[in-house]
Order: sequence, then C-alpha cells, then structure tokens
Amino acid sequence: MTETDHPDSVPPAAAAETGTVPPEADAPGEVLISVADLTKHYGAIRAVDGISFEVRRGDVLGFLGPNGAGKTTAMKMITGFLEPDRGSIAVAGIDVAADRLAVSRRIGYLPEDAPAYGEMTVEAFLRFIAEARELEAEEQAIEAVLETAHLRSVRGQTIETLSKGYKRRVGLAQALIHDPDVLILDEPTDGLDPNQKAVVQDLISSLSSDRCIVLSTHILDEAERVCNRAVILSEGRILVDSTPEDLVSQAPGHNAVRFRVTEGDAEEVAARLAEAEWCASARVLPGGEVEVEPRDGENRLNDVLAAVGEHRVADVRVREGRLDELFRDVTRGVAA
Amino acid sequence: MSGLARRFTGFRAVLRREFHGYFASPLGYIFIVIFLIASGYLMVSRDFGRFLELREANLDALFSYLPWIFVVLVPAVAMRLWAEERRSGTVELLLTLPITLEGSYLGKFLAGWAFLAVSVFLTWPAVFQVARLGDPDWGAIFASYVATLLAAAVLLAIGLLFSALSKNQVVAFILAVAASVGFLLIGVPQTQEFVGKWFGGYVERVVSSLSLLDHFEALTRGLLQLNSLLFFVLFTVGWLVCGMLVLGQTKTN
Repeated sequence: MTETDHPDSVPPAAAAETGTVPPEADAPGEVLISVADLTKHYGAIRAVDGISFEVRRGDVLGFLGPNGAGKTTAMKMITGFLEPDRGSIAVAGIDVAADRLAVSRRIGYLPEDAPAYGEMTVEAFLRFIAEARELEAEEQAIEAVLETAHLRSVRGQTIETLSKGYKRRVGLAQALIHDPDVLILDEPTDGLDPNQKAVVQDLISSLSSDRCIVLSTHILDEAERVCNRAVILSEGRILVDSTPEDLVSQAPGHNAVRFRVTEGDAEEVAARLAEAEWCASARVLPGGEVEVEPRDGENRLNDVLAAVGEHRVADVRVREGRLDELFRDVTRGVAA
Repeated sequence: MSGLARRFTGFRAVLRREFHGYFASPLGYIFIVIFLIASGYLMVSRDFGRFLELREANLDALFSYLPWIFVVLVPAVAMRLWAEERRSGTVELLLTLPITLEGSYLGKFLAGWAFLAVSVFLTWPAVFQVARLGDPDWGAIFASYVATLLAAAVLLAIGLLFSALSKNQVVAFILAVAASVGFLLIGVPQTQEFVGKWFGGYVERVVSSLSLLDHFEALTRGLLQLNSLLFFVLFTVGWLVCGMLVLGQTKTN
C-alpha cells in the first residue's frame, strides 16, 4: 500500500477490532435506515402512502416499481430534501426531521439524472463537495474517489463535456466522497447503454459490503444482479418486500419445462401431461414446442420426462421465473 | 456551534464556488467590461455626468448614475444563481449536502456581492484622476463607495428573490429589472409630486422615505447617516428573508 492510498479508510476496521463484541459474520447488521408510516401528498395525489421498512448494514435494497410509484419521493424524504406529511425516518439512529444536517453527513445521495454543475471540472466539482462536507483530508478523499469511480482520465474535463456514463460516475463519486454508511441512489443506471450499465452496476456491487444501499430502478435484471432485497412499490404502497431470489421463484412460469417433440404427436404429449396432478397447464406453443407449468413452482423435469414415455423429445429446457412477469402481475393487481 | 452559525452552515463552500463561477465563464468578464464602459460613458457624457465640463474634483458625475446602471446589470448577476440551480436539478444535490437553505442563500448573495464589489472597485482610475487633478473630498468618495455597495446589495437581494421564484433565467431577469426600476422610481421627483398631489403630504413623506435614490444621495454627500444606512440594511435583509421563504416553497417544484 502506498502512502497516497487513502489512510482515512483505516479507522473503521481498527474500530471493529477494538470493539467489545466481535462482529459475527452471519449476524444481521445494525439498522441504518428506519422508516415508519411515511406519507406524502402532492395536492390530492398520494405519492407515498404509509410505507414502513428497515434497511440494515450490508443490505442492498432495490426499490422497484412503475414510474410514479413513489420511489423518488420516498428517497427525497429519506435524504431530507422533502418533508413528509406524516411518519418518521431515522438514519443511523438520527431523526431526519430533527437534525437533517447530521443525517446528511451520514448519507451519500445520487439524485435522479445525476445533476452536477456542468461548467465545473470533475476535480473542481468534487473539491466543492469535499469542502461542503468539511472533509479533513480533502485531497486524499478526492484521489480515492477518482480511483474508485474510474474517473482519473477525465479529472480535468468539464462535466458538461462528459458522456452519460461518466456523468453518472461523477454523481456516484460525489455521493461516495465521505465514505458514507448510507447510499441512496435514484435510478443509477437509467439511460445508460449496456456497457455503461455494467460498469455502474459492478461499482455499486463493490460498495455494498460494509454499508447499506437503497437504489431505485425499473430494470428488474438489475435488481437481481445487485440487490439482496427487493421492495415493489406501486401507487405509494409496498406490495412486496422480499429477496430477488424469492421473487423469481414466485414469478409465474418459474420452473416451466419446454421441449420439442421429435417423434410423435405434440398435442398428445401435452394432453397426457395435463392429466398429471402436479401440472398447472400443458400446451403446445405456436412454434410447435410444448410448455408445461408445474402447479407448485417446483422443478418437475423428471416427472415430465417420465410422462413423455415412448415419444422422443429434444431441446428440453427448464425456465426461470421472470421478475418482470411477476412485476406486471403484482402491479396490475393494484391498478385494476 | 451556536444556533445562528448553525443556521448558515455551509455558506463558505457555496460562496467560494459561486464567486469562482463568475470568472470561470465569459459572463463575469463581459459584465465587468460593460459596467466600466457604461459608468465611464455616463460620467463624462455631456448629457449626463458632464465630468469634464464641471471641472470639479469630485466624483458625483460617476456615482449618481451607478444605481441606474445597476438596475439592469445587477439582475444579470443574480438571475443565474437560483434559476439555473433549479432548472438543472442541482438544487437537490446542494440542499442534501450539509448545507442549510439559509447558508446556501447567504453564500450566493455574498458571492454576487463580492463580484459586484470587484466591478465597482475597478472604477479606481476615476479616483486616481480626480486626486491627480485636484483636491477631492476623500470622505465623500469613501461614503460614495459605501453607498454604491449598499445599493448593489439591496438590488442583488431583489434579483436573488426573482431567481428563486422562476426557473427561467430570462423571466427572473425581466421581473428583477421591473422590480428594481419600480424601487428606484419611487424616488424620482415626478413620482413624489404625483403622490403628494393625490394622497397628501404625509403619504408623500412616507413614500420619499422609502426612496432608494434619496438615501443613496444622502450617503454620497459624505454623511453616513444612520437612517440611510438602516434603510439599506433593513431592505437587503428583508428581501433576503423573503427570498429564502420563496425558495423553501419552490425548491421542490
């Protein structure tokens, strides 16, 4: 480790060593965000409607939901930019309504579309943020975060000349400069191309171990890749609070089996499968393939193959549930 | 940290950023050049200041026209400060840093004021000239600079209010010019005569006591009267407080 390698990041580890209780690997982390009965109206519209949840250290919570579901409003209230009509928010044990300044020192926030002062250079912008945050080792913090967000090559460029992907990373760098416990990221990958998305997602994943992250997205793959908890919001309410894996297994069509009948009659095979007691549906798809959906979402590949009997099949695949199908099911239920 | 200092947390970082901002773009330099040409022209013009014809070693020819130049140029300095912040969404970033709304407002005001002060002090060659040519009243010149800075402050506070009100810089500029002109026109003799004729002498005296021009002239004569100083301080603070209240409402739109 060279001397410039941000020595400021050492204290947390040292503090953990001297702590009276050794941290256990499996123990849930401390609660860093606690939201109770949070409500916000815009005129007659209820943007957020009595939501409650907790986020612990180590959690990466994905806020999923259609546009207008209240994700952004909820995040603005957690950061103290908006005042809730009702309910309370505590960040690291500090009440946001009582002491927004103290909370803002614990939070790194990337607002929607990563706003930044376009006429400033990346370095000057980060220096402003460091000054506003009254960081002691300003230069080290700036160097460290330029490194983390892979911005060294553009440090002298004005922000308005950067590509979207770089701009987003400047926004992330700004949110990370004080090494906060809590990161709030509003649609961190929205509008980026697939390569830029992957870079930002990897960056977020690399940050998740020792803090808590709340991010909003409407890309469900992203939730699966990055988050260990997923909350689906619609019309200001929490519909589902689960893990992405659980959501996948609940998704319609999870463990459905598809295959092609190479010798024999596809219709006959489908009809035979449909009689099985575990089978929810079996049908011949327009392309000629047979699709069998199990009733309980369990993997029934062996049962399927047994039922096929003397027919010959090929291209057998077990499908994973798709989050977006569940998402559509769940959010449509509310809209109806 | 005391309560008052806490209320203005973060103003230094904002002040520094905004002040450098004027010099990071051509806008600041263009402003200074226009200001110096306009004030120089009005000072020596035969229709206005008649500095060369008067042959007096004082700078009334310069200072008496500065409020009218400010009416247009100060809103140009102020218009960007909040309108741009709200248009681009950076207001959300700014107000979720450990910076209070009041702190950032004060920081922007002080940055604009410092920039105006730099512009005003670039009129020093005029002072140099009168000192070379005659024996000027140094007290009056000092008082005139104080009056000019105070006038700039109150007009800047007006401009900042309209910048907080509208996301559109042009709209903010036009409204601020209109309000500043109104504020100045209270003081011209025609307005006061009109008010006196229709509402009587008492109302006329009240209106004339609200005249920026009267208080400005009183100060430039070299008398740093308390009531004129208070006029500028109270109105500046008043417009600033109004602007902070407005921004509290408009920041989230």
